[in-house]
Amino acid sequence: MCLAIPAEVVALHADGSATVSLGGLRKAVSLALVEGVALGDYVIVHTGFALSRLDPAEAEATLALLREAGVGLEDAG
Amino acid sequence: MASSWGRRLDWDTGRVDMTHGAGGRAMAQLVDELFVAAFDNPLLAKKNDQAVFEVPAGRMVLTTDGYVVSPLFFPGGDIGSLAVHGTINDVAMAGARPLYLSASFILEEGFPLRDLRRIVESMARASREAGVPIVTGDTKVVEKGKGDGVFISTTGVGVVPAPVVTPSGERARPGDVVLVSGTMGDHGVAILSSREGLAFETSVRSDSAALHRLVARMVEAVPDIHVLRDPTRGGLSATLNEIAQQSRVGMLIDEPRIPVLREVTAACELLGLDPLQLANEGKLVAITDRRHADRLLEAMRADPLGTDATIIGTITEDEHHFVQMETAFGGRRILDWLVGEALPRIC
Amino acid sequence: MKYIDEFRDGDVARRLAAQIAKEARGARRYRLMEFCGGHTHALWRYGIVEMLPPEVEMIHGPGCPVCVLPIGRLEQAIALARTPGVTLCTFGDMVRVPARDRRSLLKAKAEGADIRIVYGSADALRLARESPAREVVFFAIGFETTTPATAVVVKQAAEEGIKNFSVLASHVLTPSAMLAILGAPGAAGGGIQVDGFVGPGHVSTIIGSQPYERFARDYGKPVVVAGFEPLDLMQSILMLVRQLNEGRCEVENEYKRAVVRGGNARAIALVEEVFELRPSFEWRGLGSLPDSALRVRERYAAWDAERRWSIPYEAVADHPACACGEILRGEKRPTDCKIFGTACTPESPVGSCMVSPEGSCAAYYAYGRLSKRRPRPDGEG
Repeated sequence: MCLAIPAEVVALHADGSATVSLGGLRKAVSLALVEGVALGDYVIVHTGFALSRLDPAEAEATLALLREAGVGLEDAG
Repeated sequence: MASSWGRRLDWDTGRVDMTHGAGGRAMAQLVDELFVAAFDNPLLAKKNDQAVFEVPAGRMVLTTDGYVVSPLFFPGGDIGSLAVHGTINDVAMAGARPLYLSASFILEEGFPLRDLRRIVESMARASREAGVPIVTGDTKVVEKGKGDGVFISTTGVGVVPAPVVTPSGERARPGDVVLVSGTMGDHGVAILSSREGLAFETSVRSDSAALHRLVARMVEAVPDIHVLRDPTRGGLSATLNEIAQQSRVGMLIDEPRIPVLREVTAACELLGLDPLQLANEGKLVAITDRRHADRLLEAMRADPLGTDATIIGTITEDEHHFVQMETAFGGRRILDWLVGEALPRIC
Repeated sequence: MKYIDEFRDGDVARRLAAQIAKEARGARRYRLMEFCGGHTHALWRYGIVEMLPPEVEMIHGPGCPVCVLPIGRLEQAIALARTPGVTLCTFGDMVRVPARDRRSLLKAKAEGADIRIVYGSADALRLARESPAREVVFFAIGFETTTPATAVVVKQAAEEGIKNFSVLASHVLTPSAMLAILGAPGAAGGGIQVDGFVGPGHVSTIIGSQPYERFARDYGKPVVVAGFEPLDLMQSILMLVRQLNEGRCEVENEYKRAVVRGGNARAIALVEEVFELRPSFEWRGLGSLPDSALRVRERYAAWDAERRWSIPYEAVADHPACACGEILRGEKRPTDCKIFGTACTPESPVGSCMVSPEGSCAAYYAYGRLSKRRPRPDGEG
């Protein structure tokens, strides 16, 4: 389950919704499930709702971990 | 031009009613003031029930298609322009030069004349720009509730000039090269973005276009193209699979080489769709002997509708007739064709 | 696209595959269950299965809400859709799932039922607002990822006094299904040999990683909560292999950029406000599980379709040849099903596993027919 995708918050609206941008496409999403979202934040979007805010520091840390793997090993092929 | 019909048609608030299909004065007025005026050509102006024309030398091509698209109007086009482009393209995919079109309208009682005029003017524009006149047609009206506003059916006639060897779905051979003329999935996303309930804003427009001039360049450069097809409903995956079945071959496609607009990728990520399963209305797939591939590619890129043309893969021997793809990720998968409509999903 | 493309890097993937192969070498097998249908889909879509060493076997779990929804629930939705005056809103996923006698929502629509495909619960509520003459029912399926969105609209409908809106709640819970897999007492179907779980990343954005700690602690099964991009999956598999090699048994979180241990408190509270546990709920393939699904609370009864419309639930048996149940429990592979690819294909699906894009059978049919690796259930090959 759970087709959800990270998208950038590009506008905040008075009614508790936001406009997010994904690759240039814009969509209105509800922020009813998350607090303290700011412009420029990335949120995980599922069925028109933001489920959580993406933590950029953790994203970087995970990427760094991924890139450490297998360095120096031959390709498994 | 003063109307010779007495009371003028009310284009702003008027609606189609049963008299417009009854064969009487009301219908004649509609045909005259709308269709004949918009499509504006000598054959149609004769107002016969048929058009008579000389048949040029070569093999004749005949094709027909029905257009039931919803919504009727979408970014980059409407049911009218689609009806012209789609049928011209079906003629062109035989390597042929399109000559004439016919257009048949089934109108639903109550359909706004304003929208009808918009559609017909769009068809006229598309026909004019393509240089393919609509020379005969028909109009019927059905009771309210029995039609989705308007259904259009167009038939196209064309001729394959002598040196061209007719491309056909069963002619792909192992070792051949597969090309596409441009980005995949644009039309599908444009339609989705106009549908109720999906509500996303995008700059993606339908790629609806007449491909006959592009094809003319292609067959001039390579008279013996094995396969030409436009990947409409079902997208590239349906077209490649159909051809694989018809030609009894397999394919190996390099996924990263398939051009897809960034926003089309984004829309598909959001809705859980595959751009390769979405319709295109202004693109084609070409399969040719590998010795001619570069020349064909060059000819395609020289045309405004082929600037993003790319070689995407090759034809292989495969008893299962699988269309395999090397993914950007490095693994391999099968590109399967869709069952039914591409629907947004949550899973 | 940021935070997506970086996690699909092919070069990193190849190195990760080499790392997994290096660390998985040896005398043992690693039987890992990816619980979530989205992960099953990703494994095949990116060809990850082919990149794994033979010691690592991925067992596909029941985390596909379409697949585990029993036919009886779908029959309720179809019955509602057929009721005059009702507009049934559904996710696209459910539309072609076969119910009794190969009925489906799609067929019902063709026969005149007012069925609309919506992207989310908010679209269903909006439809209710815009069409006061219609009774709008939202077919609310999904695991914990999707439940909060339903809770929000129920609450909103109550606050705005929208009377022509209700939900047919079939939301299910992940930990209960994982428990059933492990063969907890009272769970149907026994247990199968699973060494560790790849945990569902988006469910965990809501419930956090904490609920899986009991599986590590009480059942000795490590869990790694994984994101959905292919590199997330591969990294999680590596982390599980390491845990098993080192004899550790913990809950680790690979999807830290979106998941925290405590989950989304606000979403959890909203769900708690609108829903309560059903004592028992029938799952396709897993039988009746206690405390495994939610229903609308009494306080919101006016927006509960089950109470508003008396549509009794009737259990409907699966087609006898359909192996969805065993496949959902990880006991069989799609290719072990007698009708896979013959009577049951995406064009004419017999079971939900073939319809849902997240279903094992659909994934195998679409992507897996190339695979030379088809380990048999006894673990050989």
